[in-house]
Amino acid sequence: MAGAAEPLGGASKPPPAIELRAVSKSFGLVQANKNIDLVVQPGTIHGIIGENGAGKSTLMNILYGLHQADSGEMIINGAPVQIHSSADAIACGIGMVHQHFMLVPNFTVLENVMLGSEGGMLLAEGREETRATLQKLAEEYGMTVDADALAGDLPVGLQQRVEIIKALKGGAKILILDEPTGVLTPQEAVSLFKILETLKQDGVTILLITHKLEEIMAATDTVSIMRQGEMVGHRATAETNPEELAELMVGRKVLLRVDKGTSQPSDVKLSTSGLSCTSPEGVQFIRDVSFEVRAGEILGVAGIAGNGQSELLEALAGMRPPTTGTIEILGQTITADGQSDPQIMRRVGLAHIPEDRHKFGLVLGFEARENAILGYHYAKQTGDGRLIESKAVTAHCQALMSAHDVRPDNPYLTAKNFSGGNQQKLVIAREMHAAPGVLIVGQPTRGVDIGAIEFIHKELIALRDAGAAILLVSVELEEVLGLADRIMVMNNGEQVGIIDRSEANEQTLGLMMAGIAPEKAA
Amino acid sequence: MSEFALQLLLTFDATLRLAAPLILCAMAGIFSERSGVIDISLEGKMLSAAFTAAAVAHLSGSPWLGVMAAVTVSMALGIVHGFACITHRGNQVVSGLAINILASGLTVTIGIALFRQGGQTPPLTSGERFGPITWWFVEGLNTIPLIGTIYRELISGHNVLVYLALAAVPLSAWLLYKTRFGLRLRAVGEVPEAVDSAGVSVVWLRYRAVIIAGLLCGIAGAYLSTGQGAGFVREMSAGKGYIALAAVIFGKWRPAQALGACLMFGFLEAGAARLQGVELPLIGEAPVQLMLALPYIMTVLLLAGFIGRAHPPAAIGEPYVK
Repeated sequence: MAGAAEPLGGASKPPPAIELRAVSKSFGLVQANKNIDLVVQPGTIHGIIGENGAGKSTLMNILYGLHQADSGEMIINGAPVQIHSSADAIACGIGMVHQHFMLVPNFTVLENVMLGSEGGMLLAEGREETRATLQKLAEEYGMTVDADALAGDLPVGLQQRVEIIKALKGGAKILILDEPTGVLTPQEAVSLFKILETLKQDGVTILLITHKLEEIMAATDTVSIMRQGEMVGHRATAETNPEELAELMVGRKVLLRVDKGTSQPSDVKLSTSGLSCTSPEGVQFIRDVSFEVRAGEILGVAGIAGNGQSELLEALAGMRPPTTGTIEILGQTITADGQSDPQIMRRVGLAHIPEDRHKFGLVLGFEARENAILGYHYAKQTGDGRLIESKAVTAHCQALMSAHDVRPDNPYLTAKNFSGGNQQKLVIAREMHAAPGVLIVGQPTRGVDIGAIEFIHKELIALRDAGAAILLVSVELEEVLGLADRIMVMNNGEQVGIIDRSEANEQTLGLMMAGIAPEKAA
Repeated sequence: MSEFALQLLLTFDATLRLAAPLILCAMAGIFSERSGVIDISLEGKMLSAAFTAAAVAHLSGSPWLGVMAAVTVSMALGIVHGFACITHRGNQVVSGLAINILASGLTVTIGIALFRQGGQTPPLTSGERFGPITWWFVEGLNTIPLIGTIYRELISGHNVLVYLALAAVPLSAWLLYKTRFGLRLRAVGEVPEAVDSAGVSVVWLRYRAVIIAGLLCGIAGAYLSTGQGAGFVREMSAGKGYIALAAVIFGKWRPAQALGACLMFGFLEAGAARLQGVELPLIGEAPVQLMLALPYIMTVLLLAGFIGRAHPPAAIGEPYVK
């Protein structure tokens, strides 16, 4: 432990737990961190907020030694330090809980915790010591975990607890948490913040990285805001508000609500009747789902992730053949025994913005212009249907990029080098350009920053007003409530009910998501 | 003792002799693969070691110098594999394949240059190779009917490298499951990020794993040419490295289970040799070619049936990038 000088007689203030001076880091041409200054007082919870790609994680990785800063100084507890590896960071008393857990799933909790500090050549002795540490942490902070359970078998909340224990085991007094609530249920998040509060009382300094404004407001003492690799502000949480933080993050005023007029639904463009999907192993993903989507309206599909929404999207997109029931798209009927194929669906006039853009929406290793025609590469606009005309493809992509605000607007840039929001905008641009009568959208704003969320929402509303029938699947209730005109709730593969937006609020939807049908239906 | 029982005992005895190089290579494979580095170059390392051991033993007159040279060469090849796959993040299968091809050609080329016998080394005299070790009390126990025979035939009378191969199994298991090194090694093959963030070097751990693999393959190769055989013959590893790899997979990357798989392959080979020319009921005379091909056929069948169910280390084959 760094023997930071104790203030004599308590007269002088202790030095800041963390002080960064003009830290810069670039990856190739991308400046991820530019002259970052940061001061964090000991024993506080300090939030760092910013959009995806603002450079928060890079900064924390520098602090934890996973990346090296190009320039700048780091001062921990008043002493200048050089952190070249995570071992150095650990020696400085810094622990980190990564966004993606660093647990070996087939190791026990005990083995995971002792990894890296086994206490000797042989494991036997360290095992008992680690067990004692686990016991101690469980008593002090209420972090109880079964030491002999396999880490991979634990629910996500407990896995995260193991990560915190790992970070604290050596007596770390600075704890970095990178997007800790991204994978947690609301209840798990509450218990996490309780633990963090206890740790703070005990003098641990906590750095909380997030892009969720509510968490910053609820849990932190002070907050720093990052935008495009720069620190744009430091605030005491009590003296700021979500609107100001959002504005700082995005650099301009943000509409936290979606502006839209009332819908003007006309004829039915997409409908299903008795649609069911069963896997070859006999698992029934969706059962007996029937709904209609009319031109000029958005049907939102809400539900806890994994209740058949993804499979519904796949069935509609032609990626998963239905077992029974029919799908009707723009007057064409697709039956269970008929061939269903994404190319056929597309020809009929259905466009699909998939839930997982990395897996189904883009080829990450392709250039933007190639991604901009994926699935539509038979179209004449980019060649004669057999040969692809390079110039036409580039021009097409350029047009899409300027119309849909994809940045940077470089058609030759590889898809993986765009930020999440811009990747998503590229997919949306491609699918919208097909001028679909029917658009099905899965998690349109997952992993997308606030500015892009706003833009994407506006585009969806504009498409609705232009007369498209839109089916929107999202696990973000706020998004469904903000965009949808009617809402279908799914539970365990079945539709619990379809209600009008005007009748819906978080409570009614919450009950329906738990499988309790609204009273009207009961 | 009946004739059949004696035949069976002799087959078991041959099993041990034939399984020894497989066991050593399988342990090598476990170390490498548990650290996340695919090692199809077991074959090439063993072949190079076999040549080196025979050549050095012949030139120096000492089998021990032969083993040491063999281990050195094999470890050097392990480091080459590591340099390509760990430092430069190359494709692990391609690197392994390259080492195998290199070994196959280079052993013969150097062999011809040194000895001018078509790529072989001159036959080794008994002083230049590892002879059988007769254990204590063999004479005394000989009078006891069953135990005496088992002791004489099965337990006593192998060369030192066979015992070393057998000792390598508990040693490997101990190293993997009871030591700090083993814990880290198993972790680095599953989630290297976890090891890195715990402040432990992924690169150095993986290097140590491929070096250990080199050490064990070196002993296996030396056994082929200076223990089991008496001199190097071109391509004398004859796919044993691949069979050992199959045993690793079949044994789910665990030393004890891999030992079982190696003994099974060894038994098949021993049985095949013993059944040559023997009249079998229903089949008639056992066809020699089929018998010799049996272990290889079994490898294919077992892997086809089992590989789907085996869970390899999660990070195997993936170079670590921060």
